[in-house]
Amino acid sequence: MTPSNRPLSPHLLNYKFPLIVLLSGTHRATGVALSIGTLLLTYWLGSAVYGPAAFDRASGLLGSPIGYLVLFGFSFSLFYHLFNGIRHLLWDVGWGFELPVARKSGMVMVVCTLVCTLVTWAVALSH
Amino acid sequence: MSMRPPLARARGLGSAKDGVSHFWWQRLTGLALVPITFWFVGSVVSLAGTDYAHFRAWLSHPGNTTMMILLIFAAFHHAHLGMQTVIEDYVHDEGVKLFSVIALKFAAFLFGVFSAVAVLRVALVGG
Repeated sequence: MTPSNRPLSPHLLNYKFPLIVLLSGTHRATGVALSIGTLLLTYWLGSAVYGPAAFDRASGLLGSPIGYLVLFGFSFSLFYHLFNGIRHLLWDVGWGFELPVARKSGMVMVVCTLVCTLVTWAVALSH
Repeated sequence: MSMRPPLARARGLGSAKDGVSHFWWQRLTGLALVPITFWFVGSVVSLAGTDYAHFRAWLSHPGNTTMMILLIFAAFHHAHLGMQTVIEDYVHDEGVKLFSVIALKFAAFLFGVFSAVAVLRVALVGG
């Protein structure tokens, strides 16, 4: 076999992980997280059926440091899946398939997610 | 045993008309969840740190009861369709796959119905 000058691509040493791939995988990961997190909604609503004591206990659990950490992850996942979901719906009607557009809409989506998550927590903690 | 190939046997019978059912409901519930999610986040933020009586009064408001029931239906439907896709992608053993999908659907119905009952009890019966 004669050696060729053709590039070895994708090569481990110069392979650049595409942003779009990472964003797509995160969409699925946040979806799985939200599916499990929906049980928190069931727990919260369910506690109200069992009276004030049970509701306060649920509120206390969700308001604990670990509860806050879980709720922060939940809110981030929710906003991420929401904004990227809108991006998916736009793809479904045929908008934004071109690579530069998809990359740009991905970055807009990430910024929207971070801003909304932080604003939500700023407002929630301010009262 | 028929000598006719599968394609020849299927041809001319027409489709079952529900081939895109999973795809369609995933998009429809996703679209519905866009405004519902903004309502939900706004509501939870305004309810942060609230007591039982205020929560009950809030949930008893007809608009909030309606939105919460819609949220429960859309969220559990959307979540179970997404999780079904994840299971079908990663579980390769047919038996385990079938069992997982059935368990997932039963669980989605169970938690979804319980959540809805909780909302209606708190809103209509008062806990």
